[in-house]
Amino acid sequence: MSQLSTQIPEGYVKVFSRPRSLSDAKYTYCPGCHHGIIGRLIAEAIDELGIQERAVGVAPVGCAVFLFRFYNVDFVQAAHGRACAVATGLKRASPNLIVFTYQGDGDLAAIGTAETVHAANRGENFTVIFVNNQIYGMTGGEMAPTTLPGQRTVTCPEGRDVKLTGHPLKVSEMLAQLDGPVYITRQAVYDARHIQMAKKAILKAFRNQAEGKGFSLVEIVADCPTNFQMSPVEANRWVVEKALQYFPLGDLKVKED
Amino acid sequence: MSRVLMRGNEAIAEAAIRAGLKCYFSYPITPQGELVEYMARELPKRGGVFLQAESEVAAINMVYGAAAAGVRTMTSSSSPGNSLKQEGISYLAGARLPAVIVNVMRGGPGLGNIAPAQGDYFQATKGGGHGDYRLIVLAPSTVPEAAQLVMLAFDLSDRYRVPAMILTDGMLGQMMEPVELPPPVDEATIPEKPWALTGAKGRPPNVVRSFELEPRKLKEMNLVLQETYREIEENEVRWEEVETEDAEILLVAHGTVGRIVKTVVRQARKEGIKAGLLRPISLWPFPYGPLRRLAERVPTVLTVELSAGQMWEDVRLAVEGRAKTPFFGELGGVVPTPREILSEVKKHVPA
Repeated sequence: MSQLSTQIPEGYVKVFSRPRSLSDAKYTYCPGCHHGIIGRLIAEAIDELGIQERAVGVAPVGCAVFLFRFYNVDFVQAAHGRACAVATGLKRASPNLIVFTYQGDGDLAAIGTAETVHAANRGENFTVIFVNNQIYGMTGGEMAPTTLPGQRTVTCPEGRDVKLTGHPLKVSEMLAQLDGPVYITRQAVYDARHIQMAKKAILKAFRNQAEGKGFSLVEIVADCPTNFQMSPVEANRWVVEKALQYFPLGDLKVKED
Repeated sequence: MSRVLMRGNEAIAEAAIRAGLKCYFSYPITPQGELVEYMARELPKRGGVFLQAESEVAAINMVYGAAAAGVRTMTSSSSPGNSLKQEGISYLAGARLPAVIVNVMRGGPGLGNIAPAQGDYFQATKGGGHGDYRLIVLAPSTVPEAAQLVMLAFDLSDRYRVPAMILTDGMLGQMMEPVELPPPVDEATIPEKPWALTGAKGRPPNVVRSFELEPRKLKEMNLVLQETYREIEENEVRWEEVETEDAEILLVAHGTVGRIVKTVVRQARKEGIKAGLLRPISLWPFPYGPLRRLAERVPTVLTVELSAGQMWEDVRLAVEGRAKTPFFGELGGVVPTPREILSEVKKHVPA
């Protein structure tokens, strides 16, 4: 049986490897999809904070439905949109756990709006990673609450008409108005610099929880090459040129104590 | 603790706390308001978590999260709210999470009213949510029995990893009766939950899920559920019989109607009618066997319900033509008097 050697040859120094919290299961994401990068950043943050043995993830419904396969941490699969309610139950039952949800825009900003807003407003002490790729990926590219005006999807084939279906929902701006959350930020992972910034934000969001500060949400504006019907390079460019025009990056709320 | 006078809703709450309840989540609805209020007042004082959710959908998903963490958890509602919980109940069943759900039924369908009814029997016993699953469904007929069954519900739910439901109605929820509460459960006797999400320390990660994309694997997950359900059917059928030995007419009624029918049996006997009662306590698993055995010799089995005939279907499945199976029901929150039921009985026995 052939196997790749994990031995480091003499004279070489290991500078990059799989985070301990990331399992060796293969990602089920499409080529060029940002989920893979974001997934890795979470694992790195868990490793760096040394919280692998008390982390519990809440997997959503959507492209990240297999999330529990990718990590060496405990996981629970939530119903579509209910991750923040499930996380509330987990964290209230076992406050020592480090609980995080990972949700797409359909999950968090459409079917799960109520659960998200109320968990944020209660200041629940867990961490939300919100991947906003402006489309439903898993089900085949339907219009999301975050689909941009004029953007074509299979359920708005002529482009999103804001007169008929409203405007993209600015979840982070909405949540930043509440008194409950401690940290609401919008990040992206389309280049190395932004990946590093997103990593810092994710670290901060987990650290807030470990320090008992309360609700943190990191929104990441991402792509979906398959359903945008673009190459990975074009989809990456879409994030910069289109999506960020509507969803500008930066911290929306940082409550310092 | 000596006997105390308590409302059904309060006795259910107190019994749950004594059963080791750690997390309770719910949304306000009549006629189970006293249950929520009692929990808000008492549970935090006794080391538990009370949280009023933003909806019944959120409440049942909070229960799902707390159950995944391995603690005893419960929610309560009344009919319309319980409809909203069906999604979460299906997930609890699929993920094999223990939890107790209380439904203090009211008149329906839709908004209905807040009067007592039994119209959620189908929803409770036949799977109100999607997929092939069962709940353990227990139906008390008195306040003391409600307290006992709540404690039993937690035990059975933990033992089988199947969610359990207390199915009662506004009459019992609101009624006050003397009740001797069982002593608190010794928490050391609650079974260990090695599957619970406690952090992957010194063991491979635990995953709580009902999801399995591969059909053959999902079939296997379903077969585990079905095997568990067969085991429950084997071991956990509960019912009460009153004056069935020589009965010429057998009444079948559950919950508060079962209680009214006890009076009917007494009155019928005074008038020389040999009436008896079979009162299912576990609505699932339904006492098919005991009812079938009685139907071998009793010519008439009369079902009485606060519905258009929901449990009646199970009665007919049990009797399978061995006896006549008339039905008497009330609708919309109307509760029949013993006299009304007795005159119905008289229609079916030879004068």
